[in-house]
Amino acid sequence: MFAGTLVYAIVNSFTLILLAIGFNLTFGISGVANFAYGALYVLSAYLSWMMMNLLGLPFFPSVILSILATTLFGALMYRLVLLRVRGQALSEVIATFGIGLSILELFRYLGFVGFEYTLPVFFDHSFIIAGTYIDMQRISIVVLGFLLVVLLWLFTHHTSTGLAFRGIAQDERTALTFGIDSDWIATLSVSLGAGLAAIAATIIIPLGSISPSEGYDVLIKALAVCIIGGLGSTGGVIAAGFFIGFAERFTDTYFGSHWTMIVSLIAILIVLVIKPSGLFGQQKELEERI
Amino acid sequence: MSTDNIIEIHKLTKVFGGVTAVFELDCTIKRGELLGIIGPNGSGKTTLVNLMTGFVKPTSGKILCNGKNITRMAAHKIIQLGIARTFQMVRPFYQLPAFKNMIIPLYSPRVKQMLGGRYGDRDAVALDLLEEVGFERDAYVAYKPAGALPQGYLKRLELAKAIALQPELIILDELFSGLSLAEVASIVPIIEKLRQKGKTIVMIEHRLKELFRIADRIMVLNFGCKIAQGTAEEVMASEEVKNAYLGSER
Amino acid sequence: MKKRKERIDRGIKARSGDIFALSSWREMLYVAGPRLLPVILFLLLPLFLSPYWQRVMISLAVFALLAISWDMLAQSGMISLGQALFFGMGAYLSGIINHAWGIHPFITIPLATVFGGLICTLILLPVLRLRGIYFSMFTLILPLMLVRTIEATKVFGGTEGLSGMSPLPSGWLELYLIIIATLSVLFGFRRLMASDYGLVLKGIRDNDRSVTNAGINIYWFKAQALFLSSAVGAFAGAYMTHVYMFVGMPVFALDYSIMPIASAVVGGVGSFAGAILGASILVPLSELLRGIGGLRIVLYGLCLVIFIVAIPEGIFHYLQRKYQQVERWVDVDR
Repeated sequence: MFAGTLVYAIVNSFTLILLAIGFNLTFGISGVANFAYGALYVLSAYLSWMMMNLLGLPFFPSVILSILATTLFGALMYRLVLLRVRGQALSEVIATFGIGLSILELFRYLGFVGFEYTLPVFFDHSFIIAGTYIDMQRISIVVLGFLLVVLLWLFTHHTSTGLAFRGIAQDERTALTFGIDSDWIATLSVSLGAGLAAIAATIIIPLGSISPSEGYDVLIKALAVCIIGGLGSTGGVIAAGFFIGFAERFTDTYFGSHWTMIVSLIAILIVLVIKPSGLFGQQKELEERI
Repeated sequence: MSTDNIIEIHKLTKVFGGVTAVFELDCTIKRGELLGIIGPNGSGKTTLVNLMTGFVKPTSGKILCNGKNITRMAAHKIIQLGIARTFQMVRPFYQLPAFKNMIIPLYSPRVKQMLGGRYGDRDAVALDLLEEVGFERDAYVAYKPAGALPQGYLKRLELAKAIALQPELIILDELFSGLSLAEVASIVPIIEKLRQKGKTIVMIEHRLKELFRIADRIMVLNFGCKIAQGTAEEVMASEEVKNAYLGSER
Repeated sequence: MKKRKERIDRGIKARSGDIFALSSWREMLYVAGPRLLPVILFLLLPLFLSPYWQRVMISLAVFALLAISWDMLAQSGMISLGQALFFGMGAYLSGIINHAWGIHPFITIPLATVFGGLICTLILLPVLRLRGIYFSMFTLILPLMLVRTIEATKVFGGTEGLSGMSPLPSGWLELYLIIIATLSVLFGFRRLMASDYGLVLKGIRDNDRSVTNAGINIYWFKAQALFLSSAVGAFAGAYMTHVYMFVGMPVFALDYSIMPIASAVVGGVGSFAGAILGASILVPLSELLRGIGGLRIVLYGLCLVIFIVAIPEGIFHYLQRKYQQVERWVDVDR
């Protein structure tokens, strides 16, 4: 039982990391908190579903197309809406929230709810690890989650666009003086965040089903991970992902599934009381913000 | 503790990430003096002010104000003790009239305490204070929105906000930067007047000529360390100061 | 020839500080009219409404209260995405008190208002140390997580909720209680934010550093604003519990977070009057649009985006400008 819980805890942790990393990336670079994040996750899943079931496309092309479409949607969202209210926290929050709300509720209105709305698994196969059944999909969550984190790290530390990302994350004005187009980078950051949401959806949705409420759930989970880990910090997301991932699985096994949400809630409260900016927070408290 | 020192700093160190902004600094500020702090860019001057006013907490070391340990005290509490400061970058509330900008410092618990538990008519006090720093009352300058005022007036507004707190120690962080000679010349008498009232003043400046004319004592910082201290002549004579400003010639 | 738009204040007010020097009935009406109009409308309209629309009026007032409470937070630099937290906290508190001990609503509502406000403030206290965005994130997820918690642990009636609360003594009292509460909160908050205290709160939003530099404890002031705002939200919740004679998980639903924000944004942030105006437009509208069901929320979402991007000042400020200023096109001098 312990070994099985451990395995599933690792899977759960990577799920959370996958869910949070896009939100975190966007915020870390351009300071935009994308409250439409959950909606983008669901949007890409529905797009894949529609392409496969309504247009009859094969799995991989439709998934890739929907990831690209979501990425593009993120870019458009920034260019058409967020650019006009850039720098005004109030407007940014409300605009992204409004967009997310519209998307999710539109799907709900159109009746896209039910078990038939799901994506197929990549490989239909399962293993036994440490006496526990585990399917290939869960393993691919771990593998892809790990790969994605490594790729992101390489991208932000070793490519010029990535370095520009980090530059603007540290100081937008200074970055501007070095000829980095901050609007362009911010567009990229939002669309990349959207793309990551889409990738996460492609990998994770096959384990459940697509529904509008999933969008809110994803947003809650992503926010919880970011609050605990500290906004804008990739290390924080990984640490918090493991923290919540393990805490949830172990309470699920030993106390019952309905306690999992309470555990995350209490974890958030404790972290906020002890260190409001999160475990690895870069969001500075007043004293450091001169 | 002797009472003629308003501030005593012992072995103060602040490290930001990997950068040491202030390193094992010892210094005292005597009551009633005008201390000038100079140094090249990035030498830790503003960090020192932030440390003294509690906006930044030190990595190690100790700061005493009138013998009281204020090292880890919250910024607003330190200010209530009677240390006021101005900011290098002025950021007033641009839409509000200049005198309304004064309401917030006048709302301070310190003001209430100094007035014996009352606040009085803040608008009137604000207008008086602004007149004191050179907002011509006849021209209704104080009624103009802060966004419409030139830099010189904004700096004066910043100064008035500090004076409104009736502090014992006023720290002026690059008050003269960005001002013309004439504007500086019109602010100097205000500072002289504050000294006559017995206020202790610390000035951080790059405008050395103006500073040397009014300062009692100069302290020179470089890379977070004190490299010289004394009267203007003594400091300028120091070999190390010349190196710091001009770059060492080896 | 280039033209520019010139805006001139109407020459009625002789301004000196904030004193109006008035000389005629017409001028007095000019100043008092916009203030009296909503009061008269809100007080008289229910007399001519059918019982159904009286219910709409109640929900209008409740959403207006929540929108005002949201606006209060927004003006103090806290962007809440979870008014449902305040609403639900008040609703559950008064529901539990009334359910357990059968205490009269006239006691449970004030109790729930004060303690609901206190509890919300205490929960959100840690987030106040950080800037706006954390506050938004935390307020968004908190009510949703609380719903899950209630659902999972089956406390306070679980998914079923608690029912059988005592109703308010009479229908007219019910209606006028909320209307008068809304109007008093509107004028009270307007007054408060126009005072020096309000200036300090707005100062914290715009430049917290400079407020700290005045020796003012910004967290203490933010906590006060948060308490005021959450108490208003809790009052609305506590009141609704006794109107529906039921409290359950729906009180933490997203509707109670979205509708107030939509109202405040459509009406105009920063005046409280805009919040009421917005609620007065959106709530009846959503009753009329009942037929389209879930699509309403989509419309609110789009409304939010369109208004925040295209008309960020909101309807109220637009009207205010038209009322107070004369506009004309003039030639630009070269």
